[in-house]
Amino acid sequence: MELINKSDVEARIEALKNQDLYIHLEMTTGAYAAHFDSNKHPASIFITNTKIRFGHGAISGDGPYRIGLKMELGWIYTEGLTHYEQLDTERLIMAGHDGQGKLVVALQLSKQPF
Amino acid sequence: MNHEQILVVLPHPDDEAFGASGTLAIHIYNGAKVTYACLTLGEMGRNMGVPPFANRVTLPAIRLEELKASCKAIGIQDLRLLGFHDKMIEFEEPQLLDGKISELLEELRPTLVVTFYPGYAVHPDHDATGAAVIRAVAAMPKKDRPIVHCMAFSKNTTEDIGHADVIVDVRGFLENKIASIRAHRSQFQAPELMGKNKLSDRELEDRFGRERFWTYRFND
Repeated sequence: MELINKSDVEARIEALKNQDLYIHLEMTTGAYAAHFDSNKHPASIFITNTKIRFGHGAISGDGPYRIGLKMELGWIYTEGLTHYEQLDTERLIMAGHDGQGKLVVALQLSKQPF
Repeated sequence: MNHEQILVVLPHPDDEAFGASGTLAIHIYNGAKVTYACLTLGEMGRNMGVPPFANRVTLPAIRLEELKASCKAIGIQDLRLLGFHDKMIEFEEPQLLDGKISELLEELRPTLVVTFYPGYAVHPDHDATGAAVIRAVAAMPKKDRPIVHCMAFSKNTTEDIGHADVIVDVRGFLENKIASIRAHRSQFQAPELMGKNKLSDRELEDRFGRERFWTYRFND
């Protein structure tokens, strides 16, 4: 994974418009969050290999980045993205890693299921 | 200066309450007609009341009622709901967003527009809303442009753009302002506003008695 290049990601989002895609969308505080700090409220979500299609998308911010994908009846939103897989040109694999390198958030789009 | 028609463009119900409600109440008292274009219903807000009386599904309808109550408290005559999705303003197609604002500018021909200062308003929706308003006004012929008063509160504001050039003493309209804030009951549970530990008049005036705006200076 490399640090996100905003204009490269912008071009890749543009290239994935208006077609059926599989999404993996994830966010996690880590299962040990409350073990290390009792004030924390551990929570996580993921949704994987769900089909989506968006007609407009954008990346925003100066890093970590935010991405919004506009679908016919709703939106997909991700905040906190730092890294992407630059060499994987078929799929758009992005993640946000915290100061310790742990994954906090992930957004992945692919024409084939993950 | 008295304004006949003012246009307020903000993304969330409650964005008007702390920063502009007193000023708007003064303008309305002086005869202005105020149109408030609220871009979203704040449906992604995390505050659901304490204890929670709203949920993700009911929040937009509840916040709409709160917004109407706030407008009533201020005296705002014309509320427009632009129907954008909360948190997504920065990703919207610029033509769609700017187009809606240009239509309002065209229809209402306001002499004053109130919005957020792009880049200095902390929340991405605030910044994106202010940026869209600035683009729409900048696209007008110079002689037709309204004055744009922006709210700003990011930490680097005065360092970068200096002090507010418009400071409005709203102490005479605190009743309207407090009622506007209290109208957003799912969002603000500050005990001093909700009847417990009531602040003295002096404390209320110190905290809420002034509103600050930066006049946007266009480059051309």
